Amino acid sequence: MFGVAVAFAPAFVASGYALNAITMTLYAALLAQSWNILAGFGGQFSFGHAVFFGTGAYAMAVLQVKFGWNAWAALAAALAFGAAVGAFVGLLTFRYGLRGSYFALVTLAFAEVFRILANTFPFTGAGVGLMVPLRASAFDLQPASRAGYLYFILVFVLASLLISLWLKHSRYGAWLQAVRDNEESAAALGVDAFRVKLQAIVVSSTLMAAGGAFYVQYLHYIDPHLAYGPGVSVEALLGAIVGGLGTVWGPLLGAGVLHVLGEATRGLVGDAPGVNLVAYGIVLILIVTFMPHGIIGLLRRRPPTKLAHA
Amino acid sequence: MLELSILFPSVLNGLTTGAVYALIALGLTLIYGVLHIINFAHGAALMIALYGVYFLHQALGLDPYVSLPIMVPAMFAVGYVLQRLVIGASSHGKDENILLVTLGIAIVLENLALYWFKSDTRTIDTPYTLATVDILGALISAPKVVALFGALGTAAILLLIIGRTDLGRAIRAIAKEPLGARLVGIDVDHVYAMSFGIGLACLGAAACFLLPAYYVNPTVGNGFVLIAFTVVVLGGMGSFAGALVGGLLIGVVESVGGLWLGESLGQIGIFLIFIAVLLFRPQGLFGSRV
Amino acid sequence: MRKTGRLPRRRFLKRAVALSAAAATGTIGFPAITRGQSGPVKIGVLHPVTGPLAYSGQLSRLGAQLAIDEINGAGGVKSLGGAKIETLLGDAQSKPEIGVAEVEKMNEAGASAIVGAYASAICLATTQAAAKHGVPHVVDVGVADQIVERGLKNTFRFGPGYKVVTTNAINGFHILNTLAGKPAKTVMIIHEESLFGTGTASLLSNQLPALGYQVVEVVKHPNPTRDFNNIVLRMKALNPDVVIPANYYNEYALLVRTMKQQKVQPKAIFSVLGGAASSFKFVKEYPDIADGILDVNHWYNPKDKRALALRRKVEGMKDQFFTYEVFLNYQAVYLLVDAIERAQSRERGAIVDALAASTWNQHFMPYGPTKFVDGQNAGAQPLMLQVQKGDIKVVLPNTWAESQPVYPVRT
Repeated sequence: MFGVAVAFAPAFVASGYALNAITMTLYAALLAQSWNILAGFGGQFSFGHAVFFGTGAYAMAVLQVKFGWNAWAALAAALAFGAAVGAFVGLLTFRYGLRGSYFALVTLAFAEVFRILANTFPFTGAGVGLMVPLRASAFDLQPASRAGYLYFILVFVLASLLISLWLKHSRYGAWLQAVRDNEESAAALGVDAFRVKLQAIVVSSTLMAAGGAFYVQYLHYIDPHLAYGPGVSVEALLGAIVGGLGTVWGPLLGAGVLHVLGEATRGLVGDAPGVNLVAYGIVLILIVTFMPHGIIGLLRRRPPTKLAHA
Repeated sequence: MLELSILFPSVLNGLTTGAVYALIALGLTLIYGVLHIINFAHGAALMIALYGVYFLHQALGLDPYVSLPIMVPAMFAVGYVLQRLVIGASSHGKDENILLVTLGIAIVLENLALYWFKSDTRTIDTPYTLATVDILGALISAPKVVALFGALGTAAILLLIIGRTDLGRAIRAIAKEPLGARLVGIDVDHVYAMSFGIGLACLGAAACFLLPAYYVNPTVGNGFVLIAFTVVVLGGMGSFAGALVGGLLIGVVESVGGLWLGESLGQIGIFLIFIAVLLFRPQGLFGSRV
Repeated sequence: MRKTGRLPRRRFLKRAVALSAAAATGTIGFPAITRGQSGPVKIGVLHPVTGPLAYSGQLSRLGAQLAIDEINGAGGVKSLGGAKIETLLGDAQSKPEIGVAEVEKMNEAGASAIVGAYASAICLATTQAAAKHGVPHVVDVGVADQIVERGLKNTFRFGPGYKVVTTNAINGFHILNTLAGKPAKTVMIIHEESLFGTGTASLLSNQLPALGYQVVEVVKHPNPTRDFNNIVLRMKALNPDVVIPANYYNEYALLVRTMKQQKVQPKAIFSVLGGAASSFKFVKEYPDIADGILDVNHWYNPKDKRALALRRKVEGMKDQFFTYEVFLNYQAVYLLVDAIERAQSRERGAIVDALAASTWNQHFMPYGPTKFVDGQNAGAQPLMLQVQKGDIKVVLPNTWAESQPVYPVRT
């Protein structure tokens, strides 16, 4: 339903600026939704989600630039690589029982390691980064129209929403949330916590990789800092927490609100460098203060989930 | 390439660089150990402290080391106020909110600095900025050697505070059992704020020791945050001895790694250690089993 | 939990409101489109004025703003009846995607052209976004050659790319060394790890051996690098005749400070697009360390009175330095306005054509008459500079030299 509404947006919104704004908001929403799957539903907070994003981005770029693959094929591969890295990280960290802050920090370290590796090898362009040539055609997954990109990202956002909905109501989702709320009890009840968490991280990482692939196709350039740096990791968790952890619509809403906030502070506070970001930071703190359960929490006037302390 | 004549000074350099990491990590580990906060604003706070030392030097002609008795209490006050009025009040105790609040604080501090102080990189010039100490043929930067002693001293003082004072006892109690501590009448909010304040006070000291060998601009803190986290994890969250030893160790690893693999790739050693410690010994070198 | 059936509609409405707010707020920033034959000429000035690149971004903005104010003060765009230039300021926040969003905003606001965006990574994205709307985009600094190698008709770069600068530097160095009797045989290259440093270092290490120089080591370092002692240790051990740094201000300054501290004195420090090398700020703060440093970098014609006048003006401003960010942007704006004058139009396509045909020679850069080939000004070149007695002097080529190079700096 939501998807239908947004899909018609390009018909009403002719402004290139607004279309770009919607597209970038959806992109941020995708990042937030994927993070939310692992953190909100799964209770595993990652500070290094960029590791999946960057993998998708680089897969997309390297396959096209160095191997001449078609963009659609590269996209499929990017998703696969994202899933693979998700499995890798999940296997290592969950096998060793890392949770809470430890899990968060180790993901941060993984993102850094990947960043340094990407920065070292000419294969990924090293510090120079990779530029995907401009070819405006649907065949090359570079829609000539603005609206095309919007549909591209919309598909994935819809996918993430459907997955989140499914997690909210399915038996698997219940297992996952049980593990989030109390892993020992869940295990005692017979839930295979390890497997459940691993599946969650793979889903999450695949969606993040989609975000990375989109970024490359939209901006045509990637480098180690953009791919694996803290910027993306922060963007992912911001939208989810502000919107409402563990909810279906929270991250999408959060991404939207943050986008509007960014624009508003830029437009209203003037041109002196930095002032708008000060305003942004203050509002962020205020949002957290007055909406401790995110925006969704405020709208429902009771906590949507009860999260165990990390 | 790795002959002793290069390796030896490299290790010494690593130790002195690591001393600064230790100073930064000491504060971070206290904040984590007591408040269980992963303080995203730590880098921005370091930046503010560095500006403090800079302006004290420019406006009042104060030598950075002389500024210690001013910077340390000043940063303490900043930390106390931040925790009491901002972080504690707004986060309602939820971990993910604390994260966002410290992130928000970092954004605010960094951009306030950008707006007030502009983006230029600033350095100070003191008679000893370029001085070196000759240790068995290796020329080691004098300010950095001083930093090494500074780190040792700060760690020692922190251990004394935690081990011998009432405040320290309260801090240890709260770190172990916050609810119980509240029940026996300890003013938990006050102690939390004191801890955060002490954590930032360490940054005040770190800034005094760091500025002569480095520089300051609004984004300078970002380059230290990840390393500080690594040191905290390596040493054991909540352990001062761990932060000290961890810092020195990481400094040496970075230095020798840089020598062996090149400065860029050499950084990887730090994070591989980070991951290895988290996987195989999450309590770190000195931490107690979680 | 079937209650969720009701919520999506509420959510959708909230979403629609949020999105329309986003669209609306976007247009709050700039006045509504007035595509007309009168009114000001809108020029977008886009730079990273916040984030890690803030220092350079702000200087870039200053240069552009100075030019615009001057032009407006002198009667605006004459061929359009004295129409004034209206500046649309944009902050790329040191991120390509924000740069793109700003381009979109500027496009909506009716910008006739854009000047920016300092950093190569950001320029790559912004020129592309501008191309989608046919907005002419003058690249101020952005030295990556890919920027002008994509066949984008709207992209024009007035200054040189790093290939030209590096080749120029190599030849210049060779001349310098040969004239002095070839005292230098070994070089050590120290570069920052991203686009500019890696590209420059790669060209250097390919071409120097052909001219008879031995590259003893190529050292890559991250941004930021907290400590250069290791690198200087290697320098001590390898003892190269000449050290060639290619990095940004902070690292460059820290490197040469550490070299001084460790008492490492090569025969010369020869930089290519050196971050702090030809920086009046660095020279002012560290006169002793800076003395003698050679650099091949963007520079103005030192004999041109207009350049000197601008320099005096900028140095008279509080805490400002006359850097390449300032004068390159200043010139970029003048280049653009010259094209607008000749096009006699605010229309983007006309300006693109006028730029492509530009032969503008009213600048104070050592470029000769402008001639764009695939978006690159063919005559653009750097100059070789040296810090001498607390000032930065052009030493090569002879046409613009103000002083003889001192080389080798130390024997």
